[in-house]
Amino acid sequence: MLPNSPAFKKNASAALADAGLQRALERTKPHFQHRRAAAVAALPEFEELREIGREIKDHTLENLDFYLETWAENVAKAGGEVHWCATAADAREAVLGICRGVGAKVVTKGKSMISEEIGINDFLEANGITPVETDLGEYIIQLGHEPPSHIIAPAFHLNREDWEARFRAAHRDLPADRVFHERHDILTEARDELRQRFLAADVGITGANFLIAETGSSVIVTNEGNGDLTQTLPKVHIVLASIEKMLPTLEDASVLLRLLARSATGQDFSVYTTFSTGPRRPGDLDGPEQYHVVLLDNGRSAMLGTEFQDMLRCIRCSACMNHCPVFGVVGGHAYGWVYPGPMGAVLTPALIGVDKAGHLPNASTFCGRCESVCPMKIPLPGMMRHWREREFERHLGPPFVRRNLALWAWLARRPGIYRLATRAAALALGLAGRRHGRFRRLPLAGGWTAGRDLPAPEGETFFSRYRRQGRSGR
Amino acid sequence: MSREAVLATIRRSLGRGPLPPDQTAMLLGRLACHPRGLIPARSRLPRPEQIALFVRSVEKEYGTVERLADLAAVPGAIADYLARQNLPTDLVVGPHPELLALPWSERPLLRLHTGRAEATDIVGVQQAFAAVAETGTLMLPSAPVRPTTLNLLVETEIILLRASRIVGAYEEAWDLLRAAQQDGETARFMPRNVMLVTGPSRSADIEQTLELGAHGPRRLHIVLIEDDAAPSGET
Ligand code: SF4
Repeated sequence: MLPNSPAFKKNASAALADAGLQRALERTKPHFQHRRAAAVAALPEFEELREIGREIKDHTLENLDFYLETWAENVAKAGGEVHWCATAADAREAVLGICRGVGAKVVTKGKSMISEEIGINDFLEANGITPVETDLGEYIIQLGHEPPSHIIAPAFHLNREDWEARFRAAHRDLPADRVFHERHDILTEARDELRQRFLAADVGITGANFLIAETGSSVIVTNEGNGDLTQTLPKVHIVLASIEKMLPTLEDASVLLRLLARSATGQDFSVYTTFSTGPRRPGDLDGPEQYHVVLLDNGRSAMLGTEFQDMLRCIRCSACMNHCPVFGVVGGHAYGWVYPGPMGAVLTPALIGVDKAGHLPNASTFCGRCESVCPMKIPLPGMMRHWREREFERHLGPPFVRRNLALWAWLARRPGIYRLATRAAALALGLAGRRHGRFRRLPLAGGWTAGRDLPAPEGETFFSRYRRQGRSGR
Repeated sequence: MSREAVLATIRRSLGRGPLPPDQTAMLLGRLACHPRGLIPARSRLPRPEQIALFVRSVEKEYGTVERLADLAAVPGAIADYLARQNLPTDLVVGPHPELLALPWSERPLLRLHTGRAEATDIVGVQQAFAAVAETGTLMLPSAPVRPTTLNLLVETEIILLRASRIVGAYEEAWDLLRAAQQDGETARFMPRNVMLVTGPSRSADIEQTLELGAHGPRRLHIVLIEDDAAPSGET
């Protein structure tokens, strides 16, 4: 997927004007927030588990070389193969090589963000192999040739009419006069269509929520069961995983699993949590004959030891975007690449470069809600600030913003002039806004006031009030 | 090639070379004793309540549970369940000895074949290795006697579970698995596939509204055998 992040401002304006998207956002936001809150409230140990989860991940990252090597040895002992890939291009070649090795024509896919990150679908298609997404949300967006808009609800931006229209266009062999009375009819049609694909596929590709060093396992978490069908029925199972998915033991995974579903969908546990370890064993009646893990670095190892190391604790639960006021009005596509919301604003510049994604960390109100709900306690706002600093240092911001920031800096370093200027401004705004107490429109701030009112100041600055009240001893 | 490159970048970023032997020994020790994190208090209950918690948790996730006094009653209970749900009486039954030993012939209307499931199978019967009360989760490790397709391809999955195999937390289920399959060699207790299953398949991808039966079973029915009269030591 080619990044379109520099266009964030334009994308965001388009998103605000998109009525269908706004309807979907209205529906989705409270759904995720309420369910998470209820699940967290029902587990008194949640806070303590967050702390333990963070320690486990920090420990793993500090010793990542050891755990990766131990895990790879255990994969080999179980009869699987690890393909180490430094870049996205390496990973694409590795996947293609495995597919060609078995003469694959159709490849089914479970949901995987790494697969989006390396753009495997387009690549396979260009090489004559048909990829079929099997997660319901991924399937419908594949039919519409668009990227996911959310990391766990990839099609949340679509409404029922969109599903129907796309199914009618894609499933041409079905009677044209069939009706979709209920959501259930949509689901049933998808189930039947995809069942045939599962059975026809030569290779199944899944992601991995975790890798377990102790056992050489990969773990997927789903509610539909599509990931399990993807990895059970074809001859070959390919796991796409990035290096930071590593965990030492099954016990460590148990801690993080207690956090994951609650933070994501508000379930206590997802329906299917599946640990895969190597290919079919002697006597087994089913399961793949080959098990491969394509292990991707793609810039992550370089984040270790930097102010962005904490981001590697992310377990992709999506809580940060579900609680983000910016994501809540612009949705996921505006972010222009694979990872949206606060986690995307931090991760995207690290993976594709601050020059291509440097604007994303500005898409924040710094309200701090993302950090407060993040199960891995990732200091997201702090890291966005680091990116803003880097962007400024490298003169990557728009000239208008840079000029005004420079002006503000000049002013802020001269307290006398600063107080004079702010007093004049507060007085003027206070007088002008006396009647309504707020501004519906302001010159030079049209963008800001388009979506909300600006409360009028009371005519006094903080400093003068402080001086007044400080003197009177209050 | 890439392997060395990735490992080298990790070490360079962390500002160190390969780990010294004492640190490696410490990490190997941690893997060998796999310490538990925090186990939530919700499953630390006396046995009957722990089993009740399991049943409640399954039902919360849209599964159903039928409690039976002994194994002999299973074929009858399954036949009645299928009749109640208006489901066909052709069954694919997992080749587990516990399932094969059931008195199926007492219910001649049930037509069964054993083995893995195919896409044409509608109802399947699988034996559960263990279950976790904490979230109403079944543990289904793959084995020649427990094919994975039985958990996936059928529309209705019926599970045979002994109450004595219900534990409180995931960690206790891992211990059962370690004890059952340990063959002395490191890390080889792990079967090819271990599914932790909580309720029937579902999706909320269409307008964030829950629909059951996405790709896996639409119904998950657990036949629970009350073989846990004597309280076990484990709480
Ligand atoms: S940053 Fe935190 S909240 Fe956001 S997806 Fe990652 S783990 Fe979840």
